[in-house]
Amino acid sequence: MFLQTVLLATLDGLSYGAQVFLVAVGLSLIFGVLRIVNVAHGSFYAIGAYVAASFGLLLAASGLSPWLSYPAMALSAVLVGVLLGGLLEVTLLRRIYGKEQVLQLLVTFAVFMIFEDLQKAIWGVSPYFVNTPLSLLGTVNILGINYSLYQLVVVPAFAVVVLLTLRYVLRSTRIGRIVTAVTDDREAAAAMGVDAAKVYLLTFMIGASLAAFGGALASGSTSLVPGMGSGMIILSFAVAATAGLGRIEGAAVAALMIGLGRSIAVYTAPEFDVLVPYLIMFVVLLIKPQGLFSVPQTRKV
Amino acid sequence: MRPEVIMGAGAALALCVATIIAPWATVMLTIALAVGLTVLGIVILLRAGQISFGHGLYYAAGAYTVAFLVNARLSLDTLVLIPLGGFVAMVIAIAFGFFAVRYRDIFFAMINLAISMVAFSLLEKLYHLTGGGDGMNVARPTLGGVRLGRVAFETWMFYTTLAVAAVSAFLVARYLASPLGKALEAIKSNETRLEYLGVSGNSALHIAYAVSAALAGMSGAIIAIVTGHVAPEFAYWVRSGEFVFISILGGSGNVVGAFAGSIVFEVIRNYAAAFAASYWQTILGLSLIAIIMFAPDGLTQLRLRRKVRP
Repeated sequence: MFLQTVLLATLDGLSYGAQVFLVAVGLSLIFGVLRIVNVAHGSFYAIGAYVAASFGLLLAASGLSPWLSYPAMALSAVLVGVLLGGLLEVTLLRRIYGKEQVLQLLVTFAVFMIFEDLQKAIWGVSPYFVNTPLSLLGTVNILGINYSLYQLVVVPAFAVVVLLTLRYVLRSTRIGRIVTAVTDDREAAAAMGVDAAKVYLLTFMIGASLAAFGGALASGSTSLVPGMGSGMIILSFAVAATAGLGRIEGAAVAALMIGLGRSIAVYTAPEFDVLVPYLIMFVVLLIKPQGLFSVPQTRKV
Repeated sequence: MRPEVIMGAGAALALCVATIIAPWATVMLTIALAVGLTVLGIVILLRAGQISFGHGLYYAAGAYTVAFLVNARLSLDTLVLIPLGGFVAMVIAIAFGFFAVRYRDIFFAMINLAISMVAFSLLEKLYHLTGGGDGMNVARPTLGGVRLGRVAFETWMFYTTLAVAAVSAFLVARYLASPLGKALEAIKSNETRLEYLGVSGNSALHIAYAVSAALAGMSGAIIAIVTGHVAPEFAYWVRSGEFVFISILGGSGNVVGAFAGSIVFEVIRNYAAAFAASYWQTILGLSLIAIIMFAPDGLTQLRLRRKVRP
């Protein structure tokens, strides 16, 4: 019985951590390049989930193969990231890069509030639950526990794919090198002929798509309610801060830590499951104020 | 300093007249003034260039302190409850401050957010202690030793809040003008240089943090007494965001701005709730963006700025 609980907690933590990782890595990527903490990031997560659910309902109504709901998830993530994320970057964020960090935080907070109303206006306030992707794959039996294949394999697999792709792109491709260069020193990169504005736009779209993809994956296994984005932004910030803002691989480790910590709390002390991510963040920041995987920075006088 | 005093006195007088002409606005104005106290706390931190997305925690601390004390039937007076609310919030802030003031900018904002969300979920989950999501009712306490009827209580609560607000505004203005307050501006412009002068940026911010929490605690205490109810939402991060919003609306340039901003905010909210309840957050968001883009010093600075640069 004890072994089963441990296993169940581990599996839950893995699946949950994978989901949080997708959102947090987008937040971290955007911060690394644009130096903005995007409070509206949680909205991309929620909107991605709602769009994916709507596609799912549409597929069910049109009688097409339910397997199409997987490509539909990816499609909705890209749609949300490119259209909504692109729109936000071009119309608003572009104007505030030079301003104080505090003001940038407030502008994205304002966008978050507007998106909250937008979600309620489009999808209403009653919960959505579209479990086609979940039920398609069925469950698998591990040591006497029935666990859904979707949460066990699909969600973590996508997270691993995203992690490896990001790593490869940033380290080994031309565009990745350019992004890294802009992150390091925007002016120097621009002097070398890099179109920094374009890199910013692209990064923001990718970051927003990742959040929306996390949401789309969540829509397959959880019911969607208003306010889901506001919880996620804080959690993903906790992950990104624990790892050190801008650290991609670190975000994966931190997401796993926080995911596992939370699911252990769910089984042992359910009143405190919400606290665990923050406790982990507090402890880490107490010891390493810039996060686990941060690189030391020089002080400028 | 002097024009601020005249402005403040004029505004206070105008408010008194307003409650006499329109008695129905008394509670609304009381709430606005009380919220203005929290905003005043945010303004102190803004001087140091820091924002807290978690002052709802201290606001809730003050409110729940009052709720616990009233429900414990200690029959404490309002004039004791308000400072007690501020005191409890300040103690929490001093303790948590040892951790929080080591961080700046985004980290400072988000760490405060995280701690307030911890408080929010604890208030919601510890049902047997805090009444859970429903919160707690607060019976009307005595005011100045007298047990008043509803209307008289509301009127006198307005004057009490006005007095608390006036004294706080005066003291905060003196604080911001003192060397300790000037150190906050130095944290914003260049903290490393401040430390070369032998002043600890962390200590200066720690004091500011405790003061701002005490203000938020008193504000929450007044709200709990006036509305007769406390709920976990007091500590919710969107509520904290509203406080920051109001401080930007009023402008961080002077102490009167905090109260001007919160009165404008409260009035608009009352009308928006009636006419466009589902677009309230959109209105907030759009005006926040507009202020940051076009009037970054806040509403109270619009006129002053024009005077400086003719």
